[in-house]
Amino acid sequence: MAQKILEVKDLRTYFPGRNEVVKAVDGVSFEVYRGETFGLVGESGCGKSQTCRSILGLLKKPGRVVGGRILLDGQDITHLKEKEMRKLRGKKMSVIFQEPMTSLSPVLKIKKQLMEVFDDTPMTKAEKKRKAVDLLRMVGIPSPEMRMEEYTFQFSGGMRQRAMIAMALGARPELLIADEPTTALDVTIQDQIMKLINSLKQELDMSIILVTHDLGVIAQMCDRVAVMYSGLIMEMCDVVTLFASPRHPYTYALMSSLPDPGNLGARLNAIQGSPPNLAHLPEGCPFWPRCTECAEICRHLRPEMTEIAPGHSVRCHCLDKTAGYRGLIDVPKAKGGVALGKDTV
Amino acid sequence: MRRLNYILKRLLQMLPVLLVVTIMTFLMIHLIPGDPARIMAGEKARPDAVEAMRVKLGLNKPLWEQYGIYLKNLLTLDLGTSMKFSRPVVEMIRERLPVTVALTLFSTFLGLLFALPLGYLAGIQKDRMADHAIRISTLIAIAMPSFWVGLLLMILFSVNHRWLPAGGWDNTNLFTEFKCLILPAFTQSLMTAAILIRDMRNSVVDIIRQDYVDFAKSKGLSAGAVRRRHIIRNSMVSTVTLLSMRMAALLGGSVIIETVFALPGIGKLTYDAISARDYTVVQSVVFLFALLVLVVTLLTDILYSFLDPRVEF
Amino acid sequence: MKRYHPADETRARKHRLPAWAVTPTFILGVVIVVIALILAIFPAQIAPYDPTEVVITARTKAPSPEHLFGTDNYGRDIFSRVVWGTRIDLSIGFFGVLIPLIVGSIIGLLAAWYGGWLDSLLMRISEIMMAFPFTILVIAIITILGTGTINLFIALWLVGWMSYARLVRAEVLTLKNSEFIEAARVAGFSNARILLRHVLPNVISSSIVFAASDMVMCMLTGASMSFLGLGVQPPTPEWGAILNEGRTYITYASWMTFFPGLVLAITGVGLSLLGDSLTDILRRKGR
Repeated sequence: MAQKILEVKDLRTYFPGRNEVVKAVDGVSFEVYRGETFGLVGESGCGKSQTCRSILGLLKKPGRVVGGRILLDGQDITHLKEKEMRKLRGKKMSVIFQEPMTSLSPVLKIKKQLMEVFDDTPMTKAEKKRKAVDLLRMVGIPSPEMRMEEYTFQFSGGMRQRAMIAMALGARPELLIADEPTTALDVTIQDQIMKLINSLKQELDMSIILVTHDLGVIAQMCDRVAVMYSGLIMEMCDVVTLFASPRHPYTYALMSSLPDPGNLGARLNAIQGSPPNLAHLPEGCPFWPRCTECAEICRHLRPEMTEIAPGHSVRCHCLDKTAGYRGLIDVPKAKGGVALGKDTV
Repeated sequence: MRRLNYILKRLLQMLPVLLVVTIMTFLMIHLIPGDPARIMAGEKARPDAVEAMRVKLGLNKPLWEQYGIYLKNLLTLDLGTSMKFSRPVVEMIRERLPVTVALTLFSTFLGLLFALPLGYLAGIQKDRMADHAIRISTLIAIAMPSFWVGLLLMILFSVNHRWLPAGGWDNTNLFTEFKCLILPAFTQSLMTAAILIRDMRNSVVDIIRQDYVDFAKSKGLSAGAVRRRHIIRNSMVSTVTLLSMRMAALLGGSVIIETVFALPGIGKLTYDAISARDYTVVQSVVFLFALLVLVVTLLTDILYSFLDPRVEF
Repeated sequence: MKRYHPADETRARKHRLPAWAVTPTFILGVVIVVIALILAIFPAQIAPYDPTEVVITARTKAPSPEHLFGTDNYGRDIFSRVVWGTRIDLSIGFFGVLIPLIVGSIIGLLAAWYGGWLDSLLMRISEIMMAFPFTILVIAIITILGTGTINLFIALWLVGWMSYARLVRAEVLTLKNSEFIEAARVAGFSNARILLRHVLPNVISSSIVFAASDMVMCMLTGASMSFLGLGVQPPTPEWGAILNEGRTYITYASWMTFFPGLVLAITGVGLSLLGDSLTDILRRKGR
């Protein structure tokens, strides 16, 4: 079995408020293997971004990791001091955020923001500058020597995201956390950026955690997927299994809400209701108020993660009812051999 | 090159403002109730002396012609002669201007010196002890009248202990001049610091929540680099916007503080001229203050264009 | 389990001051301001002596149980003078802000709503006024009008309205194109009704917040002018003026300057604390 680069065990990240506690992440466990792209999918506010920020140690106040462990390449980084943490950031793991406009400083030249990646490396200024040019070239920014003298507001959205990728990859991290890297971009640009991330992954031999709410992106990019809802992982498996035989009602509902390429005139099946308030989760399974399979037990008892097949875990009481779900693709239970492109979904 | 154009553009935009300012300072003399010639000549002057004064000041000419002469005189730096001191006003201003400029710059410097670290500290410690303590201190600093603080400091440092001069101006050398400026500059810097601290705190609170600070951290930057290059650098942008307003207020405050500390600057000159009803001087210093404010505004605009590249040239 | 409902919160908020607003600083602010108001309303009952009565035998006496703040060079009781001064200084702070608040807000409202020459005129005037330091502008106006309490007020009014006009103007401009104003227009409401019922309530809170801190500034400016001999004239007891009289005797009768300034500073802190809490309340309500 491949080596684990990251292991998250029963992670709990809470945001204590004046009267209530927002449980953004409430017992999330998963691992990421070297060289794989692991997808975290879910609606906005389901805790996927807070999971990432917990790993990076960049939680916004008053967020705090209150339970669980995070192991990066075997090292426990759960409650690492900021000073130790910063040695890992950039080199061991790195992040690209959703909004390239707000994630880059508006008042510093691109050059300066790139060169600061090499703050700790003993290099002359000229060497740093050459490295910065190389990085911009690597992410496909034309005439990098000129563009690096500019500011973010002079860049287009796609170019900004490329610049951010260049900065994130400057110190050759082993793990890249991509938090909705294309959500803020035009559709055509989205595809370019995804392809760029994929090719850089090969080139630099990285592992990637890809956070998204877009199942299409998951299908295009990921090896394994975790579906999150209300701070919990609901279903986790490889990407083929997910699309071939989803077993959680929520996963199924997500897929049903996608447009059907064979029947474009049909109405979209939106999931009824809205995600629950994370400060006042319903008792039992957090999904029951919106679930089509909801049984009496779901209202009182939170289901546990159950491994129903090797590498396929589901958090649901009604697995017998969901056994009949049909996914978006038809494949024999055996893995591999299926071309999973964007068009499949 | 683009920046030079920008500066020229800003200068051109200021010209009409300056022109209106000259009209206002010109009209000032005429708005004062009573006959300007009589006021200038003095209450007890004989009628023929008043008439002589009227001719001398050109007050017998039509208003627009008087304004033309006033403008021409301004351009040739002829601000008239002080009635009280019987000296050319330009000369008096030239002697006193350096004191006020030094006082204002020194106060600004001290204000920034207090404001940057304290504002930053309050911002990152939001709603904690340090933040509350700093907030209360700024409230107190803003509420204390500068003339009172000045007098108290004078009692403490000059009367009780003879550490610093109790006011006045000792121009033996640069060091003695500096010593004369310490107390007044510190007094003036208090309110400036307080206002800048409050602004700085709020922008720091806002900035540390920004994604670019998190992203900077995610690059593995040291805490110092994040602080310097990202948090403080960005919060400076709004601080500089406030700075030109604060410096204008400091210039105005010089009337009070120079009077308290008996510093021979433009502020003290203003006070003396008003007390002596020397309107030629009052008119000139009011114009001078407007000119100084415009210069400060221009300089901070230029500084701002360096700090925030998004400014439209 | 009771389900969370956001409406509960707003309902509770409407009627009483929320718990977070009752902070120690808020209470301190209220206490200071209430005391100052009592002094201002009942000076005759509180002040032990006539504030202007000259007592040659009691000249420059240090603070004692008889004369809490000591006496001045005319033997007048400084405590009594300070108590009587409260009325004048609070009036300077209050009325020096009230008139500009009303007039400036109306001007800003009209300028932003109707635009055109009115708006350009407002902006040009503000540009000119901004070219002068605030204090210099006040001094220049007093120079023209002459010294005295009334003229001090007029100077403060003439200079003060601009900030409010600009504040309200900026707020109205952003509000002008918002959907609910659009809706009111479509519904055929008259301009006057839209302005008074829909625009004004939404833009006035930032002006009120500013007015709270402006009151302190106004009081300080008034005291400064009186200190320079340009505002309230002796023997009328005003804090800045009392300070000015004591200045000559600072080396051996420092109480003459110390106490009036202290009271001025404390009152300013009280007003600032109240203003800060007010800002907090209005900001949270705005969310």
